[in-house]
Amino acid sequence: MEFRKERLPNGLEIVAECNDEAHSTALGFFVQTGARDETDEIAGVSHFLEHMMFKGTPTRTADDVNREFDEMGAHYNAFTSEEHTVYYAAVLPEYQTAAVELLGDIIRPSLRDEDFDTEKQVIIEEIRMYQDQPPFGADDRIKALYFGAHPLARSVLGTIQSVSDLPVEAMRRYFENRYSPDNITLVGAGKIDFDTLVATANKICGGWQPTQPTRTLDRAAPHTGFECLHKETATLEYVIQLADGPAATDTDRYAAKILGTILGDDSGSRLYWALVDSGLAENASLGHHDYQGTGVFLTYMSCEADNTEANLAEIAKIYAEAQKSGVTEAELAQAKSKINSRVVLSSERPRGRLFTVGGNWLQRREYRTVQKDLQAIDAVTLKDIAAVLAKYPLTRSTTLAIGPAAKLQAPG
Amino acid sequence: MKDSIFSHTYSNGLVLVAEPISSLESAAFTIMVPAGCAHEPADRAGLGSLVCEMTVRGSGPRNSRQFVQDLENLGVERGESVSTNHTSYSGATLAKSLPAALAIFADLLRNPHLPAEELDAARMVALQELRAIEDEPGQKVMLELRRHQYPDPWGRSSNGTVAGLESVSLADVRDHYAKLFRPNGTIVGVAGNFDWKRLQDDVGRLLGDWAPRDVADPVDGPQPPRRAHLHHESNQTQIGVGYESLPYRHPDYFQAWGAVGVLSGGMSSRLFTEVREKRGLCYSVYATTNTLKDRGSVLCYSGTSAERAQETLDVMVAELIRLAEGIHPGELGRLKARIKSSLIMQQESSSARSGSLARDWFHLGRARTLGEVGGLVDALSCESINAYLAAHPPRDFTVVTLGPHALEVPRGVS
Repeated sequence: MEFRKERLPNGLEIVAECNDEAHSTALGFFVQTGARDETDEIAGVSHFLEHMMFKGTPTRTADDVNREFDEMGAHYNAFTSEEHTVYYAAVLPEYQTAAVELLGDIIRPSLRDEDFDTEKQVIIEEIRMYQDQPPFGADDRIKALYFGAHPLARSVLGTIQSVSDLPVEAMRRYFENRYSPDNITLVGAGKIDFDTLVATANKICGGWQPTQPTRTLDRAAPHTGFECLHKETATLEYVIQLADGPAATDTDRYAAKILGTILGDDSGSRLYWALVDSGLAENASLGHHDYQGTGVFLTYMSCEADNTEANLAEIAKIYAEAQKSGVTEAELAQAKSKINSRVVLSSERPRGRLFTVGGNWLQRREYRTVQKDLQAIDAVTLKDIAAVLAKYPLTRSTTLAIGPAAKLQAPG
Repeated sequence: MKDSIFSHTYSNGLVLVAEPISSLESAAFTIMVPAGCAHEPADRAGLGSLVCEMTVRGSGPRNSRQFVQDLENLGVERGESVSTNHTSYSGATLAKSLPAALAIFADLLRNPHLPAEELDAARMVALQELRAIEDEPGQKVMLELRRHQYPDPWGRSSNGTVAGLESVSLADVRDHYAKLFRPNGTIVGVAGNFDWKRLQDDVGRLLGDWAPRDVADPVDGPQPPRRAHLHHESNQTQIGVGYESLPYRHPDYFQAWGAVGVLSGGMSSRLFTEVREKRGLCYSVYATTNTLKDRGSVLCYSGTSAERAQETLDVMVAELIRLAEGIHPGELGRLKARIKSSLIMQQESSSARSGSLARDWFHLGRARTLGEVGGLVDALSCESINAYLAAHPPRDFTVVTLGPHALEVPRGVS
């Protein structure tokens, strides 16, 4: 296992965790752009652009792109978040160069008018599909309530209106600015020939001109509140709650992760025993999510509408108890063995490592081995967890419910 | 690619099938118990899921809480599910914890408490899981498609019905367990980093003296209607189309499977190209093979705005019918490349591999090595797949829709 990095003269970085024992190779272009870099006029453009990358380049039609990925037997896809847009493929090692050439080419797309119009329909169908799934809408609404005017409030998908109204010229301008080589990292994991990787990157991306895009990283000023959205056609009630948490570069993020596991893991946590095991809720979980400059604790709960108020009161009670008395040594040990095993299991596949290696580089410009992550988890003490609770009280949050309940009372 | 699969059949009929992968730090297991929802009494739909939920609520020396705590302290990631034929328990953990994890699951299989005081909570869990499907229309239409594709009990959804779940008593739970949980027909698949001899001894000690019992197979009920529309006030109409195909054990299965790979799988596949890429009709469209022991089918899905749903169904069905005209060498080449890389990547996941081993054994009475599967895939040719398609053209479609309006099934489709 060896970590290698390189930087092209135009600013594009290449980082890789090279593992000679691996059977496969995972590769991805990680672009530092997402919903937080948009404005109202172009809401949803990052995600729409991600779709357009598969519609062809000056030298490849959309059919060529799809066909060539499939000819390599690649497992490939792309995703867009608030902060990043990632294009990736897992292939057998002999396709390393072909995969990088293809991925590199598609992120210099033609953005043709007719493809833009066809793909707009696909995006609108994607939004309509989510609209038929009741929790949809809650996510965007609570981000708006919690983050207020902060850029992390922006929706990744946008709305049917904003996507319909988006002019292709606006997308082209956004692309020119954001897909600058100094805003892109090529990440590799698994069986990688690094020198060849750099040579391929140079050939494909070396001529790209940098535009030095920037991003504002103000710390969010979290809002608190409680809102209930009535959705008659929903069967269950869905609740999301956001509270402040450590940011991507804060060292107390490990303690935050463990705290989330103890209080709200899918299994064996305090929320699990109180609400899920008892059958009072279909789901109840707490997790820590970090962003550049800020972080959140996210509580998610789904249940029969009639149980919502009582369940919210129970969650409030569990959080108040944790604020007051902290957690126990036994809970800490159990959470550590659980996370330890998960880290090892998810790291066995190059596909799993790709996102960890890429995430660490984009968020913190650092490389961490699996071992180093395990040590950081192991080093967390009860005192560290108490410090996180003191700094980021779970009891100060914004709550949003969506479902058949017409009205809900916020707990005590 | 390593080609070493070990297996052992204990005197009570229980099968252990295992493949060491020494490059991994983990080990994973999949235990398939022959207690599927096909065995539920017709008026107790969902009983199997409820029994599965009850089995994790205490067994042997552990109550519900100790069961979870012990597994989590061992770092075991676990999951349970009920299918037509099986109740399955799977787990993955660091290699050194495998023996202790298996011992906990042996208690679950043989000595579950099925405690009276947990029944209401378990029922509420099952009811909410069932009701959550109402909020996932794409999932719901595919469950309904399956229900219309096979005669009862083979098309059942393990989630059951509200009426079925509400009528289950503690006696039903205990009867279902006592009748169906047994070693004969149970398959334990293990993959990852372990020592075969020790594993064989451990499983023998834990499960070797579990007493077998005979259970009759369920019999076929009537074939449900091939058309259904479920009214739902939604933006989109969900479309499910099914047709008969072959089960995994059939000598021509890979021909049928290869043909479906041309329809769906990869973004250059026919359904994705015609429905999404060329026409922008939908976000998601796919076809997949579904196999039972003695029969199989192909199940296709798409979901799109109500006003574009008729066109989507027409294009999907046209592609299914066109498939009978044959596939092309380029399509076969891409299919083989995709399968080859999937097989090699399967070696990187102990969980994926342990599940494949157990399922192989159920269908074939043995497990194929990845090398053997690779050989079968290499042997596919356009001629062989096209000969199969000419003899078995997709037809007699089952069509289930869910949305604000029913659709017309295209003309010329019986």
